[in-house]
Amino acid sequence: MSRTTQRLFPRMLSGAALAVSAALLLAACGGTTGAETPSGDGAESEVPSVFGAFATPLEEPWDGAIHAALQSAEEDGLIRYEHVDNLHTADEMERALRDIISSEDPDIIFGDAFAAEEAVRAVAADFPDTAFAFGSGGEEQAPNFSVFDNWMQDPAYLAGMLAGGLTESGTIGVIGAMPIPEVNRIVNAFIAGAQETNPSATVTVSFINSFFDPATAKQAAEAAIAGGADVLFAERDGVIAAAEENGLPVFGMMVDQKEQSPEHVVSSLLWNMKPTVEAVVAAVAAGKFEASNLGEYSFMVNGGSSLAPINTGTAFEIPADLISQVEARSAEITDGTFETPVDEEAPAGSTTVEG
Amino acid sequence: MDFPILAVLAATFTIATPLVWAGLGAVINERAGILNLGIEGIMYAGAFVGFLTAASTGSLALGLTAAIVAGLAAGALMGLLTVTLGVNQHVAGIGTTLLLIAASEFTNRLLFSSGSQTITVKFDRILSGFFAQYPMTYVAFLLLAPALWWLLRSSGFGLRLRAVGENPEAADAAGIPVARTRYAALMLGSALMAVGGAFLTLSLLGSFTLDIVGGRGWICIALVIFGRWRVWPVVAGALLFGFTDALQLQLAITPFFSAVPNELMIAFPYLVVIAALAIWGRGVRYPGAYLTPYRRA
Repeated sequence: MSRTTQRLFPRMLSGAALAVSAALLLAACGGTTGAETPSGDGAESEVPSVFGAFATPLEEPWDGAIHAALQSAEEDGLIRYEHVDNLHTADEMERALRDIISSEDPDIIFGDAFAAEEAVRAVAADFPDTAFAFGSGGEEQAPNFSVFDNWMQDPAYLAGMLAGGLTESGTIGVIGAMPIPEVNRIVNAFIAGAQETNPSATVTVSFINSFFDPATAKQAAEAAIAGGADVLFAERDGVIAAAEENGLPVFGMMVDQKEQSPEHVVSSLLWNMKPTVEAVVAAVAAGKFEASNLGEYSFMVNGGSSLAPINTGTAFEIPADLISQVEARSAEITDGTFETPVDEEAPAGSTTVEG
Repeated sequence: MDFPILAVLAATFTIATPLVWAGLGAVINERAGILNLGIEGIMYAGAFVGFLTAASTGSLALGLTAAIVAGLAAGALMGLLTVTLGVNQHVAGIGTTLLLIAASEFTNRLLFSSGSQTITVKFDRILSGFFAQYPMTYVAFLLLAPALWWLLRSSGFGLRLRAVGENPEAADAAGIPVARTRYAALMLGSALMAVGGAFLTLSLLGSFTLDIVGGRGWICIALVIFGRWRVWPVVAGALLFGFTDALQLQLAITPFFSAVPNELMIAFPYLVVIAALAIWGRGVRYPGAYLTPYRRA
């Protein structure tokens, strides 16, 4: 045994070293993709140039939403756009940002700073003439670092109202990533909405402690169903498969996930980054950009988030008076007479039992 | 609310299924003397290739076949690296994992622009109640495990496989083709790993997303040591992990236990496996030619 260990250990070390260098090589080959060419000729000098610097692959829904909004802005002729993704360590993010600024010198850089707050803020401080707009749980940093986040409590509340009206067992299952403020405020708004239409509803909240583990999320959903839940909220991927198999109503997240289960997805919470992008681009184009918290541009009242059209082809019936109740509340949110409460505390002990 | 113990037990078998497929694949590899750290990437490739084929042909059988072919090919690649070229098995394995994950993600990006992709058909659960499981779960526990137990213990191929893993010189002297046997072990074991990955896309989820394997391959590597390279103990280890995971998912939403910190609940299955390794994993006897390429002097 000990002799084996002695033989193994140096090999494991060299193996690890080689693996790291192989990882770097692969990251260099596969991590960055497509710089998009400017759409209109002659527009280059007039519209701001934007670079997207994303910590995750674009397939991840959060950065995917930012990327989609920037692509859409490019199609509208508002910006020129290039991007790089999968900058998953603070070190890679910082190096990429410095490279981008020295080689491309974009007017604006969009990205997400959650995993690299200090590094990104340090780069922003070094280049005060470049506008930074980053997803962040922190505050803005003068003079040039603005922050945004997925403030989706409004559609979460509306989805919760639907869930409360749809449950027959009185138990609703929420499967979320982890109890962090960004997730908590969406889950809490969902619970508040469910309580409006069903004051005696029980909402169970499961956290899978990962942003991306659909197999575990599905097992968590199965556990919720075994615990009595008959309506599910898929804050993370994987839950819709469980709803489909068990024939239960489910709510999707980030993009309209109706096609994943056309008879069971009631609606989805949508994040639209376009208002945030347009606000930043307009400010830069006018020479008036300054550091601010762009969070409100993700509010429903500003068009930054919404509830996807309610599915009319579900295998179960959605009561018409429930839909009109939700539509009335939606109108109140949009005209500013109802403000969805924001609660970033972790849902108590992962379980909320009311009534 | 009564505690749904039957549902927890049913979930135990579902969670354990990919671990049994891939873990037993790893047993076969390691009993032939080769640590296959390509497991995580081979599961990933099996999940992706199986999904891609099923999505483009509409046939689950073809999807599963394609996953198996991908596994055989990955096993042959590992054979080329570790048997023919005799390179360090840790490097070859981790390199294979990185290569297969990157290749899958790259292809996924080329074919589908973003988001998760869904197939319209997937393997559905059969029977009902506690017995409502996916066909690949039944195959894993009722066919695969007994068959491999017999194969390794009693078949001529199993004897030759263990011989090249314990003492390749003696095996060579006895006329057993060491390289060919190791290739066969790698290809068979890797095919099982790929099926374990394909279980996630073709049975459990019906969709492919990045990171889909999520470290399950590395859990299998630990399970093999826990099971001391034997079939049934590895199956038992997979069930132990599956049970603790299913239990914590259920307890987390059970009112009495919901006061327990979430992080502790999520760590619970890993703590149990580490504790089990600490208790039963001491003084383990590795296969004699573990990590050793064979060259006739």
